Amino acid sequence: MATTTATGRSAAERAAELNVIARKQRSLWRDALYRLLRNRAAILGLAVIVLAAIIAILAPFIAPYDPLKVDTKFNQLEPVWTGSKYTNPAYPLGTDQLGRDILSRLMWAARVSMVVGFIPTTMVFAIGIAVGLSAGYFGGWVDQGLMRLTDIVYAFPDFLFVLIIVASFRNSAFGNLLGGLVLIFAAVAIVGWIGIARLTRGQVLALKEREFVEAARAIGAGPTRIMTKHLLPNALAPLIVTAAFAVPGAIIGEATLSFLGVGIKPPTPSWGAMINEGFIGFSANPWAVLLPAICISIVMLAFTFVGDGLRDALDPRMKS
Amino acid sequence: MPLLEVNDLHTQFFTRDGVVRAVDGVSFHLDQGETLGLVGESGCGKSVTALSLMRLIPQPPGKIVKGSISFDGQDVLKMDDDDVRSIRGNNIAMIFQDPMTSLNPVLTISRQISEALELHMKLDKGEARKRTIELLELVGIPSAKKRVDDYPHQFSGGMRQRVMIAMALSCQPKLILADEPTTALDVTIQAQILELLKGLAKEFRTAFILITHDLGVVAGMTQRIHVMYAGRIVEKADTGELFANPKMPYTWGLLRSIPRLDESRKAKLVPIEGLPPDLIAPPPGCKFEPRCQYRRDICREKEPDLTPVPNAKPDHEARCWGTQNVPGGGWLMDTDWRREVGDTRVLEEIKQEAASETSTDAPGE
Repeated sequence: MATTTATGRSAAERAAELNVIARKQRSLWRDALYRLLRNRAAILGLAVIVLAAIIAILAPFIAPYDPLKVDTKFNQLEPVWTGSKYTNPAYPLGTDQLGRDILSRLMWAARVSMVVGFIPTTMVFAIGIAVGLSAGYFGGWVDQGLMRLTDIVYAFPDFLFVLIIVASFRNSAFGNLLGGLVLIFAAVAIVGWIGIARLTRGQVLALKEREFVEAARAIGAGPTRIMTKHLLPNALAPLIVTAAFAVPGAIIGEATLSFLGVGIKPPTPSWGAMINEGFIGFSANPWAVLLPAICISIVMLAFTFVGDGLRDALDPRMKS
Repeated sequence: MPLLEVNDLHTQFFTRDGVVRAVDGVSFHLDQGETLGLVGESGCGKSVTALSLMRLIPQPPGKIVKGSISFDGQDVLKMDDDDVRSIRGNNIAMIFQDPMTSLNPVLTISRQISEALELHMKLDKGEARKRTIELLELVGIPSAKKRVDDYPHQFSGGMRQRVMIAMALSCQPKLILADEPTTALDVTIQAQILELLKGLAKEFRTAFILITHDLGVVAGMTQRIHVMYAGRIVEKADTGELFANPKMPYTWGLLRSIPRLDESRKAKLVPIEGLPPDLIAPPPGCKFEPRCQYRRDICREKEPDLTPVPNAKPDHEARCWGTQNVPGGGWLMDTDWRREVGDTRVLEEIKQEAASETSTDAPGE
């Protein structure tokens, strides 16, 4: 008995301690983060994405040359490691057929890819979640209307639709904003939200029958509150995973458009555009094509790793 | 003026098979601080009555087609959506049956209880949190301060029901609807929760409507009991009166099917044969007639009204020809339901009918 009084705590305090489970509790999201951080591939992917993002942000400061500077004396240089006679240590990764430094262009192009990866994905999410939530929650004619709209957009072949939009508005004032970037955002967003909308709607249809939604209604919560505070957080896990896979989709979309010559307007560097431009001199200097292609592949792979990691981390059945 | 007055409430569900008359002309009233029990089998319209009071009937397919609900002097059925929302959780709160599914799994306990406080009492986050801790202490959650940030899955069933009660109490409503609040809990926890509700009802002078299929649950809890069958109230009485002097064969059936401590252990529990009627096409006469051992021809022909029972306490009303002073009625006036189980031939008939119905309805079961 003496030992307990020696601690100097009141009986009530000790009683309170007895009633606490000793283990520290983790929230659902913290648990998921913990699982994600234990996944090596996901960490590697994250590191690559962060590195690419840093390069993109710092491109104006770290790029050795102006990516648009034409130097006709030194065009079609090969990277230094090829050991051919067409190399110059001043241009470690060589130059394109106009003599622009490939390293600088790759760095600047990372900006386009990062922006194109994230901004349309955000737009796609905003539209898709709003449509899916309202369709699923309100049902009836709202659902009918919104889902028929999705069916219509879905009926077009994705890429063809993007191509048509971009090609038709390319020379308008809207198509010229930020070197064509805004048009690409819009095009990717217009076709991209369908998957998210359908996924969200499906989740909401299952969730809205749950009793906690009725309980929320019974305390006087309105539709907006129920949708954003009760339904969305419960539906978020599969949406996050989809987002992780949507980002590389948008990046490759931009690259493809630029490769086909309808994406970013030259001379703004983009990896897809660089492949397109390098193609002309492919036999003389294949590296002008290979280097941007490698960049695209690495970033794509990184996002895939992160996406897989997120899927495993957010699925409680994978809990080990 | 009573706190709640329900008049001739009709709630119907429009399905492909026809119109389901889930609540069919229910009238009752409730005073400030009073506790009322709504009792009946599954599918008798108890829950639909409660949901109608808060206008929570899913629409479509449901609709309140007729009647009035006057709460605190206002007609709930004439309010617009915003006004109804400002009543829900604020003036009328609800405790749901299954605490395991009524809490949002991704929100902390603190977030969920604070929600009503922020919505109705316009408290800021800090105040709401403080009040949440107080509420948790009030409903008997140990070390409430440490547990507010836990998630529902970290609570047991009984604790979650306590959380639900705390949520219901949060805005100090005038009326709490408890829909089978203890059905999902085991017997000892059930007793604790009932004790808690009883104490809180007394302390805050909150009116309660307790919905249950178990007469044992309402016995110690409520002042008055309304027995419901097939969307109607079939008997109304004070709790003591109902147990001492029930006047409707359906109530007798319910009473026979609960075990009693004061009876010999050999006494058998007698179930009510058959199932409640199809509410799309209910029987034309008394809705309980097909299952009633005491039935006579008049029961099949005409439905009795809910009328005061002769020679009983003033508020005691029953819907039965057998206990009404009308020509051709009144044959159950002096029946002792504990001894006389009615006509055994009728009972056999009902049993056979029930058996054949269940065998055709559910093959393979």
